[in-house]
Amino acid sequence: MTAPVQQPPTSAWSMYRAIVGIGALCGLLIVTVYQTTAARIRENQERFLAMAVAQVLPAAHSTLGVALTEDERLVKTTDTDALPVFLGYDASGNLVGAVVTAEGMGYQDKIRVLYAYSFDLDAIVGFKVLDSKETPGLGDRIEKEAHFLANFEKLDATLTSDGDALLHPIITVKQGQKTSAWELDGITGATITSEAIGNILNNSATVWAPILERDAQAFAIAEVAEDQ
Amino acid sequence: MSEVSNWSIFVDAALINNFVLAYFLGICPFFGVSAKLETAVRMGGAVSFVMLVASVCAYSINLLLDAVNAPYLRIISYILVIASTVQLVEMLIRKISPATFRAMGIYLPLITTNCAILGLALFQTNRGYGFTSAVVYALGAGAGFALALVLMAGVREKLDLANVPNLVKGTAAALVVAGILSMSFMGFAGLGR
Amino acid sequence: MPGKDVSATDDFVKGLWRDNPVFVQVLGMCPALAVSNTAINALTMGLATTFVLVMSGMSVSALRNFIPREARIVSFICIIASFVTAVDYVILAISLELHRSLGAFIALIVVNCLILGRAEAFASKNTVARSTLDALGMGVGFTVALLWIGVVREILGSNSLFGVALFPDAFQTWTVMVLPSGGFFAMAMWLLLVNWLKTRQTETRSQIQESTP
Repeated sequence: MTAPVQQPPTSAWSMYRAIVGIGALCGLLIVTVYQTTAARIRENQERFLAMAVAQVLPAAHSTLGVALTEDERLVKTTDTDALPVFLGYDASGNLVGAVVTAEGMGYQDKIRVLYAYSFDLDAIVGFKVLDSKETPGLGDRIEKEAHFLANFEKLDATLTSDGDALLHPIITVKQGQKTSAWELDGITGATITSEAIGNILNNSATVWAPILERDAQAFAIAEVAEDQ
Repeated sequence: MSEVSNWSIFVDAALINNFVLAYFLGICPFFGVSAKLETAVRMGGAVSFVMLVASVCAYSINLLLDAVNAPYLRIISYILVIASTVQLVEMLIRKISPATFRAMGIYLPLITTNCAILGLALFQTNRGYGFTSAVVYALGAGAGFALALVLMAGVREKLDLANVPNLVKGTAAALVVAGILSMSFMGFAGLGR
Repeated sequence: MPGKDVSATDDFVKGLWRDNPVFVQVLGMCPALAVSNTAINALTMGLATTFVLVMSGMSVSALRNFIPREARIVSFICIIASFVTAVDYVILAISLELHRSLGAFIALIVVNCLILGRAEAFASKNTVARSTLDALGMGVGFTVALLWIGVVREILGSNSLFGVALFPDAFQTWTVMVLPSGGFFAMAMWLLLVNWLKTRQTETRSQIQESTP
């Protein structure tokens, strides 16, 4: 039986050549695919967001992206933020509401939601789950269950007299025990997810409602007419 | 913004959303090494350690990638770091305890392909955990993985001595046990909140 | 040459049944259980994995004389990771919804022991043509196995197939099937079936052998 052939030790050059070569090829592949798909991906995201905004604030004919400056003032923006916020205007350019993205930890993973805030009613009037990985059949009922979605016909978000915070924090209660307009009727069997939604909305509205009430009117029709 | 306390992150990773039983990460070693209790304990320890190192590295790499705005390099850089860490751990174990090294055999280098570690790095990045939260998350995940492994090994050792039909022996039985374990862990929901 | 042709088709076919990655080799279980809660997820994951398998198999095979022995694993990992990153962005471009339901598991294709295993065991030692066939066979076998699990889980757990509702509402869905436990149970069930069929195959084969003089 012949002895096993001894392989000559690999030269440093062939190691170097291989690693750098492979690295370069891989890098090229990744960057090419990234560049080719970037435009399409952005398009997809914008289309999805536009559709979602139309769903929660149907009265809005056009939207204006806004963001917060460092000293918490509202400013116009065209950047696609991770959590975009929009002001919605009807066909005559009147401010009909604001659409805010918010996210927070659910049972399984982060939940991202979109909600519409009405200046006239001082309440949340639209709600849509953008991204959730909650348990199918249990947590994901927040997306479809009729009695839960009915919460958002007019979820109270009135501010305190000095306009700095919510008068009544948004809170989730057990299913069937909702007594006040600022309470969220939860889903039995999906307590953690329902409570998570309550927290997400409360945290977000506490930050955004005061700022929107204070600054949004300044973004008048003229600005919108410019964009169109 | 950490509205979730570190303790709740730990409990979540270890029990409620156990990496093996809820997220299906680390299944290959879970079934491969859980036949004997002793190897299970060692594997659990090795994986926990790699998870910790990987988590810290992932956090730093992510800071770097954000700075140069190259998110597409995430997957490749994470996996390369994990592969190197496993290599390091291998050398360490060989030096410190050659007996353990021999006992673990092929499963040590296979930690590289343990989806639990890459999964940990990716989840922590997606959730935007800060440094302490990331470390706590890694510790919780490692503890949960080790726990699931040890539980599984305990049951399988007993099962080996039982009168199991030939068809069901081995992986099929292990899968059913895993399913039942997974269901029982669902009972932890709501803990630590 | 008939011998060469047989081995070429064999390269492809063995991945489908005899060496099925999920049910025989028991590799790539993480995604098999995690994303098989609906049939469409299972199908997408299977196709994405097949793509990475084939592309990395081809690349590894084409570069096999260029990669020194010591740098094997690192090179394979680099190549696989690049194709996985590519697939990740392509799926994002195709459909946000799909990408969301698969989540982190697209990225986790890179640690699918199946891909690294095939690269190491086959692609690094065979021609590009054979490696492609092997990868294709394994990929198709993997996708089919995933689909089996996915179909069972979706029908029993969500009363639908590929999103199309099936039985009337009176059918109580077995929610457990779309939960992680259901994944384990569904796979155990199929594994049992496959084992039983294989045992019968070997039994009939040995019976035939005994009866022939």
